[in-house]
Amino acid sequence: MDMNEIKEIFFQECEEQLAELESGLLRLNDGDTDPETVNAVFRAVHSIKGGAGAFGLDDLVSFAHVFETTLDCVRSNKLEASQDLLKVMLRSADVLADLTAASRDGGTVESSRTSGLVAELEAYAKGQPLPSASAAPAPAPAAAAPEPAQAETPAPAAEAPEPTDDSGFQPVPFSFDALDGDDDLAIEDGRSVFTVRFKPRSDLYAKGNESVLILRELAKLGDLQVRCEADDLPSIDMLDPEGAYFSWLIRVETDQDEEAVRHVFEFVEWDSTVEITAGADEEAFAAPDAQGGDQPMAAVPFDLSLLEDVPAVSAEAAAPEAPAPAAAAPAAAGDESMAPPNLPLAAKAIAAEAEKKETVVPAVPAAPQTIRVDLDRVDRLINLVGELVINQAMLAQSVVENESGGSSAVNLGLEELQQLTREIQDSVMAIRAQPVKPVFQRMGRIVREIADMTAKQVRLVTEGENTEVDKTVIDKIAEPLTHMIRNAVDHGLETPEKRTEAGKNAEGVLRLSAKHRSGRIVIEIADDGAGINRERVKAKAIENGLITADANLSDEDIDNLIFHPGFSTADKISDISGRGVGMDVVKRSIQALGGRISITSKPGKGSVFTMSLPLTLAVLDGMVVTVANQTLVVPLTAIVETLQPEKSDIHSFGPSQRLIAIRDTFCPLVDVGNILNFRSDLANPVDGVALLVESEGGGQRALMVDAIQGQRQVVIKSLEANYTNVPGIAAATILGDGRVALILDVDAVVTASRGQPLSPDMMLAATG
Amino acid sequence: MRISDNDMLELIAFTLGDQEFCVEVISVREIRSWTPATILPHSPDHVRGVINLRGVVMPIMDLSLRLGMAASEPTQEHVIIVTRIGEQTIGLLVDSVSDIFTVATDSIQPAPDVSRSVDRELIRGMIPMDDRMICFVELHALFETLESEAA
Amino acid sequence: MKKKVLTVDDSRTIRNMLLVTLNNAGFDIVQAEDGVEGLEVLEESNPDVIVTDINMPRLDGFGFIEGVRQNDRYRAIPILVLTTESDAEKKNRAREAGATGWIVKPFDPSKLIAAIERVTA
Repeated sequence: MDMNEIKEIFFQECEEQLAELESGLLRLNDGDTDPETVNAVFRAVHSIKGGAGAFGLDDLVSFAHVFETTLDCVRSNKLEASQDLLKVMLRSADVLADLTAASRDGGTVESSRTSGLVAELEAYAKGQPLPSASAAPAPAPAAAAPEPAQAETPAPAAEAPEPTDDSGFQPVPFSFDALDGDDDLAIEDGRSVFTVRFKPRSDLYAKGNESVLILRELAKLGDLQVRCEADDLPSIDMLDPEGAYFSWLIRVETDQDEEAVRHVFEFVEWDSTVEITAGADEEAFAAPDAQGGDQPMAAVPFDLSLLEDVPAVSAEAAAPEAPAPAAAAPAAAGDESMAPPNLPLAAKAIAAEAEKKETVVPAVPAAPQTIRVDLDRVDRLINLVGELVINQAMLAQSVVENESGGSSAVNLGLEELQQLTREIQDSVMAIRAQPVKPVFQRMGRIVREIADMTAKQVRLVTEGENTEVDKTVIDKIAEPLTHMIRNAVDHGLETPEKRTEAGKNAEGVLRLSAKHRSGRIVIEIADDGAGINRERVKAKAIENGLITADANLSDEDIDNLIFHPGFSTADKISDISGRGVGMDVVKRSIQALGGRISITSKPGKGSVFTMSLPLTLAVLDGMVVTVANQTLVVPLTAIVETLQPEKSDIHSFGPSQRLIAIRDTFCPLVDVGNILNFRSDLANPVDGVALLVESEGGGQRALMVDAIQGQRQVVIKSLEANYTNVPGIAAATILGDGRVALILDVDAVVTASRGQPLSPDMMLAATG
Repeated sequence: MRISDNDMLELIAFTLGDQEFCVEVISVREIRSWTPATILPHSPDHVRGVINLRGVVMPIMDLSLRLGMAASEPTQEHVIIVTRIGEQTIGLLVDSVSDIFTVATDSIQPAPDVSRSVDRELIRGMIPMDDRMICFVELHALFETLESEAA
Repeated sequence: MKKKVLTVDDSRTIRNMLLVTLNNAGFDIVQAEDGVEGLEVLEESNPDVIVTDINMPRLDGFGFIEGVRQNDRYRAIPILVLTTESDAEKKNRAREAGATGWIVKPFDPSKLIAAIERVTA
């Protein structure tokens, strides 16, 4: 693994954290007061900041830092998570997502977007929220520039004695006194001499630090002369095995500065007294010798060679003849608690003790176990199972062809194989199935953005976020869903004023829900807006020549006109829901996925868009048909019914058009073989079968094929992997005979039948 | 990648009608016998369609037609040279494979500037071999043009 | 003998960075995703030194350090805390909880290794 891979992991993790962040904020917005929710939100931002720091993504770090600071205030109950603050935070989450994406894809985020939010967040952190969150303009540059430490830390008193704390590299306090004065002592060949008095307290050892390790670290700076002083050592009966009784006098001769010397004590200065003075203190070193014999342990020159092999912190080392190691571990011999980590001393007793203590650990409910698997591996498995399905079909076919009837044992075996294959396929597909939650969460952001742009008040309610669907589908529904959400806020919901006038709550509600229904996923987008203005839709349709002025249309027919190509209910093309894209394109892209979409609307009450999609794009249920000696697959979802045309049903219309009478209506006939250039002449409809399909704008077409071979579930294969997309063809599959069959793009064929040529740019590929 | 360490190229030669052509062995995945292809609508004539190569849908190109010669009439004797460049796999329909050989890159002569029917960017050069002449087909160009033509 | 480091961090990114950095420096590594798992892994893995994050779900760094220090077998094990530069308050809390030292994020590999070398025998 290299840094690039880790960076990829980082961005993956960011996605997860951003989702966590947003859902947490939304929960808080809904009145969740669980401290763990705030903690999770804080951790998400903190985690992004941490990783971003590691990769030097400064923009991301500084924004995340400000965000985190404000969140920390909420977490520590210094700041209330008001609705206004949460709005700011939700927008901040959006910007954080954009900054992440920009870092990943190399784009930029407008600094005005970040600086405005930075100012708002900082104002909240200081307890002085800006007057109106939404009206906050870009603040003064000074406020926009993130100033890390300042706003954040309500510096506790404990902060004070930390001279070398964070930076580690402060200006070098080079001692000129030393240069001027005792130059013979302090300076030798550009080297300085420092005298260090180091007196550990017992806490130092309790935190896993070791005096000896400090000395070893110090020895890396230069030459050391060490004297261990044991003046405070009590008599043995008074001795606390974990007490600290030794202090150290150290002479360091080094080419480094005092800062470097002090840095060695960084971890222990809290738990010890450290005095560092420039220059040597020959007297101190001389003194112990003068004290003479009655206190042999009081001060001992320390043998630096002991530093070479530090684990000499041994329990037997306390005897006077080997005083130094004992000093490092200030305890009496044989005390088991003295055992340095990992020495199997009195292990049993300790283990027993440890077991008792384990109950201290908070019990946590067991989460279902998960493992993380590369998507590539799953895709490969799914492809292989696809092959298995094809091979099983091929085997079945050849058995049928070669043995008329076949032995019952073989047939039974084949049946079981088919059953097993199907089960394996279902199980494998379940691996790649994912909840729609991430897509739904993204919609929350879309709603906020458009609500802002249109000055509408909208609350998004989601249901069934955990409904699972194959990843290939998830990846494809975000775009049509986005259009529909935009449309619902922009056109469906009224302004707060109009809603109030109509006696509704000023805040509109958008309900986004997902559920499984008969092997498909059904997603609904319901608004409580004004509903479809049918008069206006009808007028517009007449104006655009879509229907005649005297057309007698049901309410449903009128509602469905909005899916007609080129239809736009907005008088001016809206940049919000439009972007030049109408509901016809939404419908088309959903149909390209093998899905359907419909609308029901109640005036004054709102509209509901319902789309149903296959659970996977890896397989589809198809009608296998023959056209001009070619085998084609027509997605079953597109087919309304199949017809055996009678001669009397067929009517010529214009120079080349033919219509088929179905009950009371006339439906245009489309010769698939002709449209696909498989044959130049038109087939005689009476010799073939008509597949009635639903096309854009609610109209229907009858697709003429030569014969129906049967219905089958087929594995979808990409044509684009090795070739390119083919007009009129959605994808390919492999049938039981081992040959490739093409899957018809029904909409493209219908569109082509209107006289528009089949061209690649009309295609919406159905495969991933 | 196209030039080996010592400037030698390993090539695989095949016939189209009475002419000999070659491509680099390094891009060849396998050689298999002809199987009927599924016709693709609205495709150039030299795209014979697609076949199933162990679960992968692979287009078949009639190389003879592509190089401006007569269309192949594939039989059991015809072979498909499965070539791969980057992530894309294409089958080349040829009459038969005739040789595998190694040449020094400096023995490749530029294609003469006479051909009007052959797309010259598809030809990397000519290789003289005894009394034969082998035309070196540039696979990269072949792959690159496939998509633009198809559209 | 190789030293064994237990890293406790909920961020996959940081865990991987620690893994790569420490692996390259010749350490053995065991990993945990939060304090609870850290305490479990500690028992099985017998590390020489612990590097832990503070902000973690289930059981945070403070709780984890306290848990380790209450464990007779490991109460003297060196524990380094990963902290961001602005976390002075947290550093103090970690110290109070019994951390041996700290590493300021974002860490560079040499600083991380130096800090570990500093507290391990």
